[in-house]
Amino acid sequence: MSGETVFKIQNLNTFYGAKQILKKVNLDIPPKAVTALMGPSGCGKSTLIRCLNRMNDLVLNFRYEGDIIYKGTDLYASSVDVTELRREIGMVFQKPNPFPKSIFENIAYGLRIQGVKDRDYLSGVVEESLKRGALWEEVKERLNDSALALSGGQQQRLCIARALAVKPEVILFDEPCSALDPMATAKIEELILELKKNYTIAIVTHNTAQAARVSDFTAFLYMGDLIEFEPTGKMFTAPKDSRTEAYLTGKFG
Amino acid sequence: MTRNQWSKFSDRVFQAVGLFTTFFGLAVLAVLLYDVFTDGFSRLNWQFIMSYPSRKPEQAGILAAWGGTIWIMVTTALFAIPIGIGSGIYLEEYARKNRLTNFIEINIANLAGVPSVIYGLLGLAIFARAMKLDRGVITGGMTLGLLVLPVIILSTREALRAVPSSIREASLALGATKWQTVRYQVLPAALANIMTGIILAMSRAIGETAPLIAIGALTYIPFLPTSPVSVSKSAPFVNFTLQGFLDPFTVLPIQIFNWVSRPQKGFLVNAAAGIIVLLLITLFMNAIAIYLRHKNQKRW
Repeated sequence: MSGETVFKIQNLNTFYGAKQILKKVNLDIPPKAVTALMGPSGCGKSTLIRCLNRMNDLVLNFRYEGDIIYKGTDLYASSVDVTELRREIGMVFQKPNPFPKSIFENIAYGLRIQGVKDRDYLSGVVEESLKRGALWEEVKERLNDSALALSGGQQQRLCIARALAVKPEVILFDEPCSALDPMATAKIEELILELKKNYTIAIVTHNTAQAARVSDFTAFLYMGDLIEFEPTGKMFTAPKDSRTEAYLTGKFG
Repeated sequence: MTRNQWSKFSDRVFQAVGLFTTFFGLAVLAVLLYDVFTDGFSRLNWQFIMSYPSRKPEQAGILAAWGGTIWIMVTTALFAIPIGIGSGIYLEEYARKNRLTNFIEINIANLAGVPSVIYGLLGLAIFARAMKLDRGVITGGMTLGLLVLPVIILSTREALRAVPSSIREASLALGATKWQTVRYQVLPAALANIMTGIILAMSRAIGETAPLIAIGALTYIPFLPTSPVSVSKSAPFVNFTLQGFLDPFTVLPIQIFNWVSRPQKGFLVNAAAGIIVLLLITLFMNAIAIYLRHKNQKRW
């Protein structure tokens, strides 16, 4: 692993009410690389990624133990401004969730809520973000159309572009392709590989092939335990744990 | 009969019963409307709409009544809409789910079912007597405001709940605060549904008679509440006043009620004409509500 670790997750236990989801998870997420969180449904991978931008704060009865250190500071410290944190750590969700507004306003929203009003500056950011989100060519003629008129795959790339517009350092993908067809999935995966040059990326997936295609490191979770965390190539050719091997060969999941 | 024949037969019977019950309500309504229109339609004219009440039925009109209705509706709206939407947003988006909020929720649902005359007594005791606002427009408006408040709160909450949580997550994940998320995403998405609820609540309030009689609204008013804006020939030329909110008032349903209880035939005709006007106003408001609901049927 090169450079400074972005997230240092130490002995993380999480609970929804009395139910424990994650059990003593230790994981380091490296910078400017794609880390896949892989495992079957209910293994805790989505819970884990939602700890990283504190989206779990919104969940009633959510509780955690342990530490998550983000660039040297405690992510859950009371001094951390969670809105500022979420600007630095963007997120793309399972189902494309564009706002019921125009394409332009979708991208501009993140800056508008920060008080940016300069129309030229906003236009510049919208164009740049859409280019980075590999959507510009398809929508440049109709920026004022409703985002809801786009196809599912386009909507998801719009959501990625929207996350990029606030200039994050990290982007979290929570099963970004699970609602998309194979063609749209291929485009998103291509985009993720492009984005990792500039951003730290974590992606949740239950799809082993997807983890193999896009990630540099893979964490395999099973029933709340982190079973194995290795460079992707190494895990897929020589898994250490029998459960990892069973999952990779499609025996369950 | 075989089992199969029997189920076909019972199916047809149920269809017939269903048809009858549906048409029963419509038929009663149709008879009522026919009766009202034949009685009152000929009385509907400009003179009727622009005249104050009178001892002579042919000279009497509903100017004070519909003027008062507008005054009361505006006051009700000014009072109930901000409070109703505010509470709805708080309860749906901010309040922690605990025993206190549970208690509040159950009570609001119950308040929506309280008989309207009780609100009249409440308005009489609190606004008219304790707050010494007497029997003016503001007392009437706030009393009806209390009446529609639970309905507005409930419909606001329902409208907010219909906005998918993925929209909230998307906004929060971009670093928006909770208020920004509510203000710029959730509220605009819910607004048409909120408006629908408000209009339906208001169109219920517009026909309320009992609470206004309970607070002692007058039945014979030969003037309108003081206009808030008036023009004069000398400086300052345009005058503003809130006196109108303290002036006595009457409303359409009270005027109708008053006329119906008179013995002369002419007043019954007036009452029928008044009912037509009241029906048209409610119909118009409901039409706006239906239009808004229809327009907003976009899905996420």
